[in-house]
Amino acid sequence: MLRIFQFLYNLRAFILFIILEVVAVWLIVSNNSPQGAAFFNSSSRLIGSVLETQSDVSDFLSLDEANEILVNENAQLIEQLDHAYNQADSMYVPMDSTFEVTFAVKGARVISNSLRFSQNHLTLNKGEKHGLKPGMGIFNQQGVVGRIKSVSENYAVGISLLNTDLLLSAKILSSDVFGSVQWGGGDSKKARLLYVPRHVQASAGDSVVTSGFNAIFPQGIPVGIISSVTPSTDNPNYLDIELDLLTDFSKVSYVYLIENTQLPELDSLYNQAEIPNEF
Amino acid sequence: MNFKSILSVTGQFLLLVTIQILFLKNLALFGVAYCFIYVLGILLLPISIRPIPLLIISFLVGLTVDVFYDTLGMHASAVTFLAFIRSFWLKAVSPSGGYDDNDRPDLKSQSFGWFLSYAFPLIFLFSLVFFTIDFWGSGKWLNVLNKSFFSSIFTLVLAIIVQLLFFKRRRVI
Repeated sequence: MLRIFQFLYNLRAFILFIILEVVAVWLIVSNNSPQGAAFFNSSSRLIGSVLETQSDVSDFLSLDEANEILVNENAQLIEQLDHAYNQADSMYVPMDSTFEVTFAVKGARVISNSLRFSQNHLTLNKGEKHGLKPGMGIFNQQGVVGRIKSVSENYAVGISLLNTDLLLSAKILSSDVFGSVQWGGGDSKKARLLYVPRHVQASAGDSVVTSGFNAIFPQGIPVGIISSVTPSTDNPNYLDIELDLLTDFSKVSYVYLIENTQLPELDSLYNQAEIPNEF
Repeated sequence: MNFKSILSVTGQFLLLVTIQILFLKNLALFGVAYCFIYVLGILLLPISIRPIPLLIISFLVGLTVDVFYDTLGMHASAVTFLAFIRSFWLKAVSPSGGYDDNDRPDLKSQSFGWFLSYAFPLIFLFSLVFFTIDFWGSGKWLNVLNKSFFSSIFTLVLAIIVQLLFFKRRRVI
């Protein structure tokens, strides 16, 4: 018995090494599933505040650009506002609930962002206190950015579209054919549209927008532009479609968050019908 | 280790980790060369340090970097691996006559060639483990090798520059 203990004692460094590696692997596995437990991450208060200070400084340096984007967007919104008001000589009839607004939009600032790994995340400076929930969609004026993974009181962590785990339901605007956009893990400006059958007519230059099928994003938020279409080499039934992403992930600083206010109703419907719905 | 050296090692770690998470987080030269300068902190720990504290320190440092990178566990496992093989590698590259008691494995107390042969393989293995975890399941092994190789060169160059610029030369008595 003593010899066994002595043997174990001689191996103590190796045993500790194995234990620490097992802990690390457990952390990796339990934190990389999209809705997995998010315990130690940048949404905690201390880490969030460090990242926020860092982004305060770097955002200050790009204020010019941010202002310009905001001015452009304001101009567009003002243009739309013109049509939104009722004219004095017209009559207003409320439609039924089919046309009610089902999406609520909020704004936030990105305080930390990565784009060089194969699982990229971003941290936002708003949290539960400001009404953010896991599962909300993130986009900016250019296009889709990602989806919220977990929220703490003051901060939120999102999975970026540049994450090999994220599948986004999207469609080709010209033909309304839908598929899933997935990032391949390499270039941060390119992604692929999967599961588009071979008979579909698609050509380079067509735009790809969100389909509105997965209840995160409403229909029609831009995702990318098709850069090439080739028959798939692995599966002859599908096309290989490459996209140029419209969002410039290296410069994402202010984003909008969108929540489907009818998600609980949809969810319970899916539950009744026993269809698995991953946010 | 006396109190003063513990203090200086802690300060060194704090500085390196701060630089890592504030400045080097999104830096990647040509999209392949990353810099993991905080690894230098582990490499420069005294030769005589016991394996258990070494492993625990590296795990904690890796975890700290991980929470800021949102890559929980990846840095921690890679840097723990580095700490584990460090002692074997130190034995393998020991100069004839062995090490003195308070020798440090840095550029000032060792020769340039020794430091290269000590640091490069360790940093390379660290990067290899890190990118293998990052690309796990994607099957892009060429990408992993490519990134590890260039990242380790970049990290090594920066580690040498940091030591030449900021470390006080030991006075020879």
